[in-house]
Amino acid sequence: MTLTIIVGLVVLAAAVLVAAVVVLRRRRSRVPGDGDGATAVGEAVDRVVGRLADRAAAGAAGGPAPSLRDRLSKARAALTGPLTALERTSVSQEAWTEVTEALIRADVGLATSSEIVEAARARADSARGDPTAAKAALQTELRERLGGFDRSLARRSDGESPSVWLFVGVNGTGKTTTIGKLAKREADAGSGVVLAAGDTFRAAAADQLAMWAERSSVHIVRGSAGADPASVVYDAVESAAARGADLVMADTAGRFHTEHNLMAELQKVRRVADKGSGVVTETLLVLDATTGQNGLAQARQFTGAVDVTGVVLTKLDGSAKGGIVVAVQAELGVPVKLVGVGEGIADLVPFDTSEFVEALFA
Amino acid sequence: MFDTLTSRFETAFTKLRGRGKLSADDVDAALSEIRVALLEADVNLDVVTGLTERIRRRAVGEELSRALNPAQQVVKIVLSELTTSLGGEQFTITHAPKPPTVVLLAGLQGSGKTTNAAKLAQWFLRQGRSPLLVGADLQRPAAVEQLRTLGERAGVPVFSHRRGPVKAASASLAEATRTGRDVVIVDTAGRLAIDAEMMDQVRRISKAVRPHYTFLVVDATVGQDAVNSARTFNDTLALDGVILTKLDGDARGGAALSVKEVVGRPIAFASVGEKLEDFEPFHPDRLASRILGMGDVETLIDKAESAFEAEQAEATASRLLEGTFTFDDFLTTMQQVLGMGNLRSLLGMMPGVPPELRGAEVDEGRIGRITGMIHSMTPHERAEPDIIDASRRQRIAAGSGCRPSDVKALIDQFKQMRSMMKGLGGLGGRRMAAASKVRSSKQGARSGGKSSASKRRGSGGRTTPKGPVPVSKTPLTLPGLEKGEWPGLN
Repeated sequence: MTLTIIVGLVVLAAAVLVAAVVVLRRRRSRVPGDGDGATAVGEAVDRVVGRLADRAAAGAAGGPAPSLRDRLSKARAALTGPLTALERTSVSQEAWTEVTEALIRADVGLATSSEIVEAARARADSARGDPTAAKAALQTELRERLGGFDRSLARRSDGESPSVWLFVGVNGTGKTTTIGKLAKREADAGSGVVLAAGDTFRAAAADQLAMWAERSSVHIVRGSAGADPASVVYDAVESAAARGADLVMADTAGRFHTEHNLMAELQKVRRVADKGSGVVTETLLVLDATTGQNGLAQARQFTGAVDVTGVVLTKLDGSAKGGIVVAVQAELGVPVKLVGVGEGIADLVPFDTSEFVEALFA
Repeated sequence: MFDTLTSRFETAFTKLRGRGKLSADDVDAALSEIRVALLEADVNLDVVTGLTERIRRRAVGEELSRALNPAQQVVKIVLSELTTSLGGEQFTITHAPKPPTVVLLAGLQGSGKTTNAAKLAQWFLRQGRSPLLVGADLQRPAAVEQLRTLGERAGVPVFSHRRGPVKAASASLAEATRTGRDVVIVDTAGRLAIDAEMMDQVRRISKAVRPHYTFLVVDATVGQDAVNSARTFNDTLALDGVILTKLDGDARGGAALSVKEVVGRPIAFASVGEKLEDFEPFHPDRLASRILGMGDVETLIDKAESAFEAEQAEATASRLLEGTFTFDDFLTTMQQVLGMGNLRSLLGMMPGVPPELRGAEVDEGRIGRITGMIHSMTPHERAEPDIIDASRRQRIAAGSGCRPSDVKALIDQFKQMRSMMKGLGGLGGRRMAAASKVRSSKQGARSGGKSSASKRRGSGGRTTPKGPVPVSKTPLTLPGLEKGEWPGLN
């Protein structure tokens, strides 16, 4: 490891130096790297891409290009189309490509969308002749990919308390709000809940959580601004143990998965939360439904650092579809456990695979 | 899978080398890779279609330049198109003849409005203005407290009013006049574009304050839906510009391109970190290369510029290329690099860094050990690591609390790296003779590449050639990098 660092550092330093001195404004022409050849879904991707090309060409040929707004509103109208297209007796290439596009628009991602559609096609082909087969195949494929996970929020199995639920994620996804809503739900269900205001970085984050604590009449433990979040969480766990509370929900500061030191801090919070009287039974990654392909990188890094057990998909009440969770679950095996659908205290609901799949094409 | 455009790109172009013009077929082959890259970067599907068509028109029939291979040439066209699309008119703030100048911020929940209201306020402060922050987010618990804390940190007063956001906003104008503030920044609650009631509220706020500038705050991690919300906000508020936030992560930020296309207004500012100062006017070219996964060399250079003394850096670089790089240079460089910030984020900005390495853990705590070992060497040893024998190793190890094998490993790696770098410097006359465009070229004549390297006499101490450092005309590549290999890292 030491060697890795040295060489990495030196090469980096060297590059930075040379770059700094040279003023590499020429980077625009830089084409490094080797090409990877064909990929598993390359063909399907090429079709989507080819179609885009055709469309672009058509747009170019037919006089003045339609305005972006025209195109977008047409595209929106087309959103309800893809599944209908699949109901025709003979399902064309075109229809499948439309479905792929609908998935891409839902932020499922190009590669995952293509994979899903390829698999659905294979299913539909084996049931040739049945006009509804294609649509059914697609929905089954999606449901199967998403299904089969335990989505309940775990508590300690040893009969002791408290259990600790830790909430992590990048900035602005809705961690504090999610905890506020969930605290109310769990408290109403008869649990003794203690909130840990572990976001000691963002201005007034603890105040925000305190307001939620008040709304649901639960206890909150907070430290001073800039305090060590691990110590705040530890105190909350011990306070919960002393009061005989069942559950600690620990808020953490939003952080980018690329910030090594902040991720190390988070690991420490998780370790410390496990150290005293409590046991961490859930580490929930809060993902914003508007997040695009970066969501997968976020999920990867957070899972690697603190062993994420579930995803809370927030802001699903907007027009965003949150399709990135399909890729997250496929790659990391981390299921969506809760969905945030509004700002009200009751607007946090369990994830429903069928509803989610329907909504992807709505 | 499709990590960078460029990694897929060369394949499509290997057969093209040496032809005269870019044909339609050539361009189409490249365009499909470009579309994939744009989609992976979260550029909206429909925006991708329009963009690639514009790229096609520009690329077909383009004369192949002698300096660039076809792949490079297409990348250049793509980058320039993206830069144009992202840029357009340069955003400037014209202050109202009768103060205060009113700025309204709107956006989805969690996009960073409150934080960026404070950042913007501090930016105005740096421009010599006296801003007033207005908390009109009475929706989110403690949003006004957050703004107050941030305002305090930025040294900007904060005004709010409990009787509702519209009231708070309209009363703020009188407050600004009363207290002599010449810029008013109104922070509004986050809202979904489809929430009619909330959209109506922000319209009323806007009516009440008649903002001179209305900015949509957009998060760089947003996906395909960016266009939908941007369109609604633009229809409701007639946006003047966009503030792009959360560029400190590794999101490509393709959403910015989508929003720019839909709104047709410039991206005015970019927020690039958590600190209040991490806020700057937007650079279209930087985001363009970022969207294509090409690293962010400009930002890297900016960071480097603030961390390095230009002359010293030149001297170090030339020793590096000559192979006379010493442990002292190494130490200084390392400290300067560390001064530039988190190692991993630096790696992320460098072009051509393989994805495995991009995500590599760099345990910064170990750096202390390396520093310790180097400090335990005599000046002579640092200048000439070759003289370090077993007994010297023993002493260095004892001095730094390491094992002699650690010292040996460090020295071996150091030498290996040094000869690698020397290889870069001496890559033959073609590259070196083409040397040009040195940072200090304004002041001095350029010295012909290889000669300065060969001026160096064999032995001992380091001779630093006078004049600017020769650099290769070809884009910066570290040895082995082209093959995606980082020696010693595998």
